Amino acid sequence: MTAATMTAGTPGSGSKSGAGPRTLFDKLWDAHVVVERPSGDALIWIDRHFVHEGSFHAFAQVAGRDGIVVEPGLTFGIADHYVPTRGRDHIANSEIARMIDDLAANTARHGVELFGLNDPRQGIVHVVGPEQGLTLPGLTMVCGDSHTSTHGAFGAYAFGIGASEVAHVLMTQTLWQKKPRRMRISIDGTPAPGVGAKDFILSIIAKIGADGARGYAIEYGGEAVRALSMAGRMTMCNMSIEAGARCGLIAPDETTFRWIAGRPYAPKGAALEAAIAAWRQLPSDAGAVFDREITIDAGAIAPIVTWGTSPEDALPIGASVPDPAALADEGRAAAMRDALAYMGLRPGQKLSEIVVDRVFIGSCTNARIEDLRAAASVLAGRKARVPGLVSPGSSQVKRQAEEEGLDRIFIAAGLEWVESGCSMCVGMNGDSVSSGERCASTTNRNFRGRQGPGARTHLMSPAMVAAAAVTGHLTDVRPMLEGRS
Amino acid sequence: MKPLTHVAGPACPLGLAGVDTDQLIPARFMKRPRSEGYGGFLLHDLRRDDAGVEKPDFPLNRPVWRGAEIMVARRNFGSGSSREAAVYALADHGVRVVLAPTFGDIFASNAVKNGLLPAVLDEADIEDLLAALTATPDLPVSVDLAEQTVAWGNRAVTFAIDPVWREQLLNGWDDIDVTRSCAGEIARFRAADDDRRPWARPAGA
Repeated sequence: MTAATMTAGTPGSGSKSGAGPRTLFDKLWDAHVVVERPSGDALIWIDRHFVHEGSFHAFAQVAGRDGIVVEPGLTFGIADHYVPTRGRDHIANSEIARMIDDLAANTARHGVELFGLNDPRQGIVHVVGPEQGLTLPGLTMVCGDSHTSTHGAFGAYAFGIGASEVAHVLMTQTLWQKKPRRMRISIDGTPAPGVGAKDFILSIIAKIGADGARGYAIEYGGEAVRALSMAGRMTMCNMSIEAGARCGLIAPDETTFRWIAGRPYAPKGAALEAAIAAWRQLPSDAGAVFDREITIDAGAIAPIVTWGTSPEDALPIGASVPDPAALADEGRAAAMRDALAYMGLRPGQKLSEIVVDRVFIGSCTNARIEDLRAAASVLAGRKARVPGLVSPGSSQVKRQAEEEGLDRIFIAAGLEWVESGCSMCVGMNGDSVSSGERCASTTNRNFRGRQGPGARTHLMSPAMVAAAAVTGHLTDVRPMLEGRS
Repeated sequence: MKPLTHVAGPACPLGLAGVDTDQLIPARFMKRPRSEGYGGFLLHDLRRDDAGVEKPDFPLNRPVWRGAEIMVARRNFGSGSSREAAVYALADHGVRVVLAPTFGDIFASNAVKNGLLPAVLDEADIEDLLAALTATPDLPVSVDLAEQTVAWGNRAVTFAIDPVWREQLLNGWDDIDVTRSCAGEIARFRAADDDRRPWARPAGA
């Protein structure tokens, strides 16, 4: 494995995929191959790299090699994982204060722009990137965060990496990757009112399994996906990682271009027009072949909630907790019994009878302005029966929500309105769910201990979380939306 | 990176499916520098009770498997978060090989970069090995990376590993040195790409 055994690729030639019809993913891949190994591994160019507080391991590796950040102009620092959502003026936890200071010092040392704790553009990396126009179609984008798949909603090849790969990108602006296989998931038809992107993606994961898309790049298509807003598309691509894929993609279209125009870091004027002309060439060609195809009828999807400790443990709200005794496979039955014991649920119990202790609205999955509007439309004029936290996806989303009066709806309902960050999704900043407590959550992971040791998490859409807050139990939101916009 | 060729000894039958990286190391332990060692946090919340006391029945806590360099798990090991700390916890604990039917993609990639072998076995072979270890806890297990085999008792089965990763592990190679040898190609790509995709660089804010 030396340079002599590799062959240089021709940028944009598409040699690897042949001259025939190509998928969106093929086009992204071909445009970024720097060098290809006979094995099929390729060195690919990285267009955008985001670093957050967890990057201190990678910066330590760079320092250990006396390395430099070779493309500081393509690298952006954003504080999100550990930032407090309250009392930001004085951070009481010294370990957290040190990590936030380390990010500032590391980005300053290497000339990397930082959206720090008190920057009005601060927020969750995967909300801020699109908001600032740093996320564009046709790019390769990475971050030391598995939910980097979010940016695929724009037709970018975006994926999460580990600390050693973060260090590799900092020092070379490239990564070694094996080309994934291609899967297309088409959602046809029109969903019922109250059913949206979160229900789509949870139902897909329930269908194919938490490792069902392992080794694949998923392209989402079909009428129901085309009809989604950018926020909905980001929610779907965000949770591609929960289906086992490292990236999810949606072809750019007029919805995408309208969203990008005018964003601070996006191309402007003639440059934007040239970019859009290039981006129009990205969608999969007619006749392009996928390694696996799945088709789903949007009309058959109901609001979905999870009952277990994997995102694949998801069912329509009208269903009941499954019974391990009904499983033929003893290994799987044992795993289900473990999950139900952890979650404190009994087989056959109706999902709509599961009582919650608190709610959380936030995270890179569902904390954009449209998500907050959806939750507020349920909560307006109603009271929450349980406590809860609402953390907007970015400081800009927070300001916009306040201009629209959404904060007053949340506060009047009895929920807490706080600053932006990863917050209770991962519990790194001190916002967490207590052991044994049950939380209705807009986040992406219901893993054991994810929201805190012993925390019991049920994943669902923002509207469904709002409904659970009002009734105090998991609830079908649809009747609560009648007569509301 | 230390080369890995052959590992032999006890194998810890973790036996769990879907061990995500949040379980391998809960987020609250990831603030510390690596130099402090991450081994004590491995599977922390599964391994210990609410008071932090080790559960004697948990496989990793049983004396026979406490120092095992080989771990055996069911499907989807290392799914979830990209946190490389999950690999640090395994490596710092002394684990050099994990045998499972499927691995989370990012976890497997992180593992190889830290000299930890994620070896993919058929589900049936995993079940056989788990059953053998239940019957005979101190059964010696042998993993040979060059031959891509796992042997125990009178059985020897093959495992799968990406050929590039295999070479890297066998030789202890480091990606960054390899990539730096491609500096000329990277510079040529960058120059051509700036002409081809001028819109790909961030506009001034």
